[in-house]
Amino acid sequence: MNKIITLNNLIYKYDETSIRPALNGVSLEIEEGEWIAIIGPNGSGKSTLAKTINGLIAPDSGEVFVDQLALTEENIWEIREKVGMVFQNPDNQFVGSTVQDDVAFGLENQAVPRDEMLKRVESALSQVKMLDFKEREPARLSGGQKQRVAIAGVVAIAPKIIILDEATSMLDPQGRQEVIETVQQIKEKENLTVISITHDIDEAANANRVLVMQEGKLVKEGTPQEIFSNGDQLIDMGLDLPFPEKLKVALEERGIKVPETYLTEEGMVEWLWTLLSKK
Amino acid sequence: MVMDITFEKVGYTYQKGTPFESRALYDIDFDIKDGSYTALVGHTGSGKSTILRHLNALNKPTEGKVIIGDREIVSTTNNKNLKSIRKKVGIVFQFPESQLFEETIAKDIAFGPKNFGATEEEGVEIAKRMLPLVGLDETYMERSPFDLSGGQMRRVAIAGVLAMEPEVLVLDEPTAGLDPKGRKEMMDMFYQLYKEHGMTIVLVTHQMEDVASYANHVIILEQGTVVKEGPPREIFQNEPWLESKQLDVPATVSFASRLEERIGLRLGDIPLTTDELADQLVAHLASSSIEGGDAK
Repeated sequence: MNKIITLNNLIYKYDETSIRPALNGVSLEIEEGEWIAIIGPNGSGKSTLAKTINGLIAPDSGEVFVDQLALTEENIWEIREKVGMVFQNPDNQFVGSTVQDDVAFGLENQAVPRDEMLKRVESALSQVKMLDFKEREPARLSGGQKQRVAIAGVVAIAPKIIILDEATSMLDPQGRQEVIETVQQIKEKENLTVISITHDIDEAANANRVLVMQEGKLVKEGTPQEIFSNGDQLIDMGLDLPFPEKLKVALEERGIKVPETYLTEEGMVEWLWTLLSKK
Repeated sequence: MVMDITFEKVGYTYQKGTPFESRALYDIDFDIKDGSYTALVGHTGSGKSTILRHLNALNKPTEGKVIIGDREIVSTTNNKNLKSIRKKVGIVFQFPESQLFEETIAKDIAFGPKNFGATEEEGVEIAKRMLPLVGLDETYMERSPFDLSGGQMRRVAIAGVLAMEPEVLVLDEPTAGLDPKGRKEMMDMFYQLYKEHGMTIVLVTHQMEDVASYANHVIILEQGTVVKEGPPREIFQNEPWLESKQLDVPATVSFASRLEERIGLRLGDIPLTTDELADQLVAHLASSSIEGGDAK
């Protein structure tokens, strides 16, 4: 397997007077093709961590390797071509007056020849199913559509890594679904590595590995199943309890003995069915 | 005074009479009763934000009328003398923390009242009273709002709206961007304002769990008009209809119907909260057994 990202002991303070560093000794290795979810409460350093990966933030100490290159001032542009980011607020990331202009923006910056550019814009827009909207004004799209256009802008650059920084948190459930499905499909096709920073349990469930941040440190990691079985502690990890876990807590409070292992909704239905039929 | 808000055949067209005109609302009738907790639900572009702006006459209807307390707003209503409405209906827009600007929290909270003629001392007094309402205390008075966390900044901004002592509090996705813990704390805070201070609450949200847990009236909008309204239990009863509108039901409701299908038995009324569902399950465990219980 190919290590796509390696972080060694990152330390970063936003300003010298702050008592606690935003990143307090973070080390991490990510393999190519992984889907990583980073969770943690507001202010735990998740977004700061993500921004070190494409050099938007330079750590005070520690090393960042992307695709086996140590990130330096000289190769920062080369590295940014490998790492695409989609941010939280769909309205803050548009520059073009039409959808296709917007997607072309990144390519123009890289001086991609016009013929090639047109091809890549079309292909990126069709991957996010927004080709029919290419002449439209970004302002008039729904939140989910806007985020898909933002993803197209990233995909057009053909990055190896895509970082979703709470990219679905302002969307309605339908928009959220659209965006996640789009990323899933592109990931499959292009063998992308996905890093998603999220408070949404359904989004985190897509990951093969969930990392938990607290006060600038990585404090836990595991599969979604392992992490979701932490019960009440999930709240302190910046996630909501999955519904079956909530129900388990409520039943336990009423004196019913519940299984300790993590149950999916289906598992919970089966367990309750057994329980109700046994009496 | 009773602060009912009533929409009668309300329509609103942006840039009416120009080539750019676009109709945002049509044929809207509803009542927001004094002392109620109303949830406004609908997809992006369904007209929620435009309705919101009618609740304190930031927009005037292009057709029909909006009655706010004892005031009637129609397309020809003079823009003067709307101040008293703005005082009675406070709107917390999305990401209100971006509107903080003063150097201390006390000054920021007192900004509105001072605009309405409160003295310096009265302003300080009001700020002191508002802080506990949003879960902060007097030690915050002289601090800069910009040194706070995002969630705390939002609380200060909300205190600034509460400082006008509105009778109706309108909240546009007030928990967007907060983590689940912060979300719960903030929703509990609004519920307290509703329960203990008798405020009328209007909540715009995508979170059906919040609708089920807190609201007593739900208005569903689609493409600029109301397609359904009623109490949450009635609204969430009709899962197929909600699905056809691509709207979610709360997790408790979808889980209960899945379970009912599996066990071939109705558990009772649709459960709006996890506690309600747990109570139903406990009641069933204590009573009769289920037919054909060939457990695996």
